[in-house]
Amino acid sequence: MQPSDMSAVDLVTAVRQGDLTALRATEAFLERIERLDGQINAFLAVDREGALRTAAAVDAKRKAGKPLGPLAGLPVAVKDALCTSDLPTTCASKMLAGFRPPYDAEVVARLRAADAVIVGKTNMDEFAMGGSNENSAFGPVHNPWDLTRAPGGSSGGSAACVAADMAPVAIGSDTGGSIRQPAGLCGITGLKPTYGRVSRRGLVAFASSLDQIGPMARSAADCALMLETIAGHDPGDATSLDLPVPAYGSDLERPLEGVRIGRVPAHFGAGLDPEVAHAVEEAFAAFRAAGATIIDIDMPHADAGVATYYLVAPCEASSNLARYDGAHYGHRAEPGKGHRAEPGQGHRAEPGGAPASGGGFESSLVEMYCRSRAEGFGPEVKRRIMLGTYALSAGYYDAYYAKALKVRRLIRQDYLDAFEKVDLIGGPVSATAAFKLGEKSGDPLAMYLVDLYTVCTNLAGVGGISFPCGFTKGGLPIGFQLQAPALAEPLLLRATDRYQHLTDWHRRRPAIAARPR
Amino acid sequence: MTATPTAAAPFTTVIGLEVHVQLQTRTKLFCGCSTTFGAPPNTHVCPTCLGLPGSLPVMNRTAFELAVRAALALGCKIAPFTKWDRKNYFYPDLPKGYQISQFDLPFSSEGALEVVDPKGALSRNVRITRVHLEEDAGKSMHDEAAGTGDTRIDLNRAGTPLCEIVTEPDLRSPQEARAWLNELKLLLVYLGVSDCNMQEGSLRVDANVNLHIPCDGGRIAKTPIVEIKNMNSFRSVERALVYEVARQYEEWQATKAEMGKTPKQTRGWDDPAGVTRAQRHKEESSDYRYFPEPDLVPVAVSDEWLAATREAMGDPPSVLRQKLAATWKIPAYDADVLVNQGRELVAYFEDLAERVGEGKVASNWMQQDVLRTLNERGGSIDAFPVRPATVADIIGRVAKGDFDTSRAREIFAEVLGSGRTVDEVVASMGIAAVDDDELITLCRELLAENPRVVADVKGGKEQAAAGLIGQAKKKNPNVNPGKVRAMCLDLIRQM
Repeated sequence: MQPSDMSAVDLVTAVRQGDLTALRATEAFLERIERLDGQINAFLAVDREGALRTAAAVDAKRKAGKPLGPLAGLPVAVKDALCTSDLPTTCASKMLAGFRPPYDAEVVARLRAADAVIVGKTNMDEFAMGGSNENSAFGPVHNPWDLTRAPGGSSGGSAACVAADMAPVAIGSDTGGSIRQPAGLCGITGLKPTYGRVSRRGLVAFASSLDQIGPMARSAADCALMLETIAGHDPGDATSLDLPVPAYGSDLERPLEGVRIGRVPAHFGAGLDPEVAHAVEEAFAAFRAAGATIIDIDMPHADAGVATYYLVAPCEASSNLARYDGAHYGHRAEPGKGHRAEPGQGHRAEPGGAPASGGGFESSLVEMYCRSRAEGFGPEVKRRIMLGTYALSAGYYDAYYAKALKVRRLIRQDYLDAFEKVDLIGGPVSATAAFKLGEKSGDPLAMYLVDLYTVCTNLAGVGGISFPCGFTKGGLPIGFQLQAPALAEPLLLRATDRYQHLTDWHRRRPAIAARPR
Repeated sequence: MTATPTAAAPFTTVIGLEVHVQLQTRTKLFCGCSTTFGAPPNTHVCPTCLGLPGSLPVMNRTAFELAVRAALALGCKIAPFTKWDRKNYFYPDLPKGYQISQFDLPFSSEGALEVVDPKGALSRNVRITRVHLEEDAGKSMHDEAAGTGDTRIDLNRAGTPLCEIVTEPDLRSPQEARAWLNELKLLLVYLGVSDCNMQEGSLRVDANVNLHIPCDGGRIAKTPIVEIKNMNSFRSVERALVYEVARQYEEWQATKAEMGKTPKQTRGWDDPAGVTRAQRHKEESSDYRYFPEPDLVPVAVSDEWLAATREAMGDPPSVLRQKLAATWKIPAYDADVLVNQGRELVAYFEDLAERVGEGKVASNWMQQDVLRTLNERGGSIDAFPVRPATVADIIGRVAKGDFDTSRAREIFAEVLGSGRTVDEVVASMGIAAVDDDELITLCRELLAENPRVVADVKGGKEQAAAGLIGQAKKKNPNVNPGKVRAMCLDLIRQM
């Protein structure tokens, strides 16, 4: 068996046992990246040298009889929203083109400490804003199942690279579905953990109260392996949960007898593609066959999810992205007419007071801000900054942001109520399978509706997983989503793993991934 | 005291203050960088205070404790639950594009700090609206050289914890404002909350001022509120307010402009010129788009923790003044002078008073000798070379009659100057106790030389004996004046 066909669990076992060197495993995936990524564009940076060096070090460690980390020799692709001290971190934005952070994100540090091999940084929607990966400043990612289609987003590069076997596992981030939706459209398994389960330190913030890092892989078992390494308390992230990390991989095989899965009839309304609806209903049937009970439940406020999300997330984003102003790092507009500062006009802004305005320094400063941001950000990022700035402004705050927070509490309550009756909530990830590149990019509202089934998970702060449950007649993967109460990742992974023992959807590979004859 | 319009000042001055104090923590409010002043630019920085992508804040618990201490001492209510907010604005010394502050749920509110003049001229209870915590911005330095126009940013200060204290408009004169600020500073220094060093920017004051002017028919006209900035000492606060009060009155007489009809004005204090100058009006009012900081969790404050904090913080100056006056039976004025010098000096005084056994004597020595020389020499009381045991020794010898107080002062000065012991100094100055035989001989000589005094005393004017003391000291500088007087009176009675 080729290393690129092996599961992550098998790869680390083989490396640990000496059946496979880390170098050989890494080379195999690097070779696939070289061969395939020209067509897919999943990577913004490939660290061939660094990856081979790390792999060689792992092999040397093993040879010397030193203890190996739990991910020893495992190639991992990391979304370009996570800071890496040895590779540029751009968030697929011109604003951060070439930016190299002075530190590793906590998750990256944990991967390195576990002896994983970081092969590169994956493409994404700019600043994680988007559901198609078309908002990358460095070109869209192409869905490995059909290169004319979108891989979903924003973690489209991470999803596509796993789907095309360019990496066995990848790290994504999910603010409103950015792990689960591309996982669904690319036919892989992606987990968005409970908010606070994985440290956000070093994840370039989009919407701080929603962002969560998670694993993307070919199976639940591989996701479990990854989560065990990246989850856990980080004193450097005040929102990270100080709770023990379970052995996620150890309880996967327990049968699903007695597990109650909620089904939301409203999910099957207008807009859901009939092929998707059929595959999702089939998945419910499979779960029933595996011993689970399916119970219809109501999520009364779910229809307000997208509206709520598109207030909360842009509001936070408008503030989180204020730092990209050209003054300190990242893109700065070339000085033009009037840009040069004039002497003696500046006043510093006192905390608690107003920044001074007017005068030569201020006008040239404001011009520098405006032009740097106008040039550095793409249209979708600008749109969301505008939305958020507007909704937080005096006179609109109560009508928009404050109201969104109220609805968010109602949605959270929906979940609490639902989890009184069921252990998991199942349903579609997306209303359709992968859409054509360019199909929705001219219609922001249609694009926002792509997030219909995923945003509520983030608003409630609970966990969710998506995995393939079938294919369209056209050969595109269809995703199924499970959501669970806070910290119920063991059940999410176990239910998915049980399903993946009954089905082989997750084993199917796109034609492009087939080895050349 | 209430300030009412008088012939001298035909209006009431209304002043409110907004004070920012830098908390005395080793590290910044949301990261581990040092808060030490004066380091080379941009050396006390990390991803968090630089606002780099992906960086996150973590609250410094010590900063929160210090701020709570200040609020407790100001009699504020402490909120059981407080959260952080983002105040959004763009400026190069604010690297995140927002300041982490507290907006609608500050950790404390509704306190008061009284300022009392022990001589009774002034007493004012100034209400505190709120006290909240926030992070400081960095420093922008604009290169003023014509043609170059670079702006340099130093982010060492970015993220330093600041406590913002906002008063109600309860102050009624510039002098009161200054006195109140002195009291606030004393309190904060006592509690170890801040070093309140205005030169290093650890304490910054903005003042809001306007005038209430009685008009015909009993109506009160209120002049537009002006916020004064850029004051770098309490003296300049007072000067700026004096100037501004006069300016506003003049302006009112000329324009009759009242509050509400023009937007609030900000004026900067130009210290060398001694004037306030209007700062540019903003085109539109600022909208900081406050919203809850999602990177931080709210802070819950338990009653137990509050009680422990209260316990640990010690007496504020106002309480200490009363305690000192009562314990050592010293006048309120003395207690005020001592307490105003700081906690270390009070400790010195209490040590001395304990040894001497008499508060007033110890207090006199503190004020006349210790404080005076301390002020001349500079430095802290803890580094003052003459320790309470030595002063007590000198005072004890005066009580025993070894020498008088003026001699004692000379000895104190000599001990301080030479670093020798009291015994050494006494020996070197030839000061030896005068024995009774010597004293009788001396007194007899005196009486023989002053028949007039003898006659006066015999005639009932005992106070005439005072004239003998000076002469006695000329004969022997070591005599104890009290003993000379008593001995002479005795001898005259026996005549």
